Amino acid sequence: MWLFLLTEIMFFGGMFLAYLLYRNWYYDAFVVGSNQLSIPLGGTNTAILITSGFFMAMAVWASEVRKKGLLLLFLVLTTVFGFIFLGIKYVEYHEKWEKHHVPGFHFDVSEFVNPHAYGLKEKPLAPDMAQKTQIFFSLYFALTGVHALHMMIGIGVLFWLMWRARRGDFTDGYVAPIENFALYWHFVDIVWLFLFPLLYLINRHPGA
Amino acid sequence: MTQHHHDPANVTNPEHAEHHVVPPSTYLMVFGTLLLFTGLTVVAAYIDLGILNPVVALGIASFKAVVVILFFMHVKYQSGLIKMTVGSGFFAFLILTTLTLSDYISRAWGLW
Repeated sequence: MWLFLLTEIMFFGGMFLAYLLYRNWYYDAFVVGSNQLSIPLGGTNTAILITSGFFMAMAVWASEVRKKGLLLLFLVLTTVFGFIFLGIKYVEYHEKWEKHHVPGFHFDVSEFVNPHAYGLKEKPLAPDMAQKTQIFFSLYFALTGVHALHMMIGIGVLFWLMWRARRGDFTDGYVAPIENFALYWHFVDIVWLFLFPLLYLINRHPGA
Repeated sequence: MTQHHHDPANVTNPEHAEHHVVPPSTYLMVFGTLLLFTGLTVVAAYIDLGILNPVVALGIASFKAVVVILFFMHVKYQSGLIKMTVGSGFFAFLILTTLTLSDYISRAWGLW
């Protein structure tokens, strides 16, 4: 499992690196783009994902001490918090769509070129720099999208694990599948622990 | 799954020599720590630290990641082989990042 996770480090690592270089190039566009994201929603989601990870860790413990009821309970809780995370993510994506912040033909830079007309307390961007906010949002959707995909796959596996746990497969000393899945789930958590500050908290211009 | 039932020689899971059961109290402490530092990173984002803002944000994120890896992912209680595997993964990523960045900063951007 760890070897698989190492390939995952490289998979996400490439996108993190792309983010790093573009952020360096188009810092102003990234700041404005980042400030469009909601800290309450992103912060809540961070807490929810940590909670989900905590319950997954507890599931490993329940499997180790062979408590079938507890194991099922913790797996269900892990799944529920996973779904809440995806629900909040959906709300955020939907807002981006409504505000024309999804890169592509639908994208609208006018808010970033003339922020004061839209009631935003941002520095106005030159039109070419304002276009670069598309790069920020592209990376935002790529990174959070792939992260969400990992969570959906994880939730799929969770249902399979719950089904087998109910049969009693993991409470007679055979912990490996639960443990390995927990490693995967925690890894996906860790990716988010980096995504949250990098995407949401670039520059909240304190004092302004 | 019954073949794993009784395996004192630990043939089926050699990587789990001396299986260590981490108690819920440890998980609870880790959980609290992670929530605390999530709050901290949000607060820190609103304080103007100049160039240190991203450093602090990444520092906190890395600290949280290490806590997750050590306790939630049990690396603290694993064999040296697993520890080295995990370490090498992050180290390899660091090497690739360093190589890319040294290429990036040593180019004469806009001078040709």
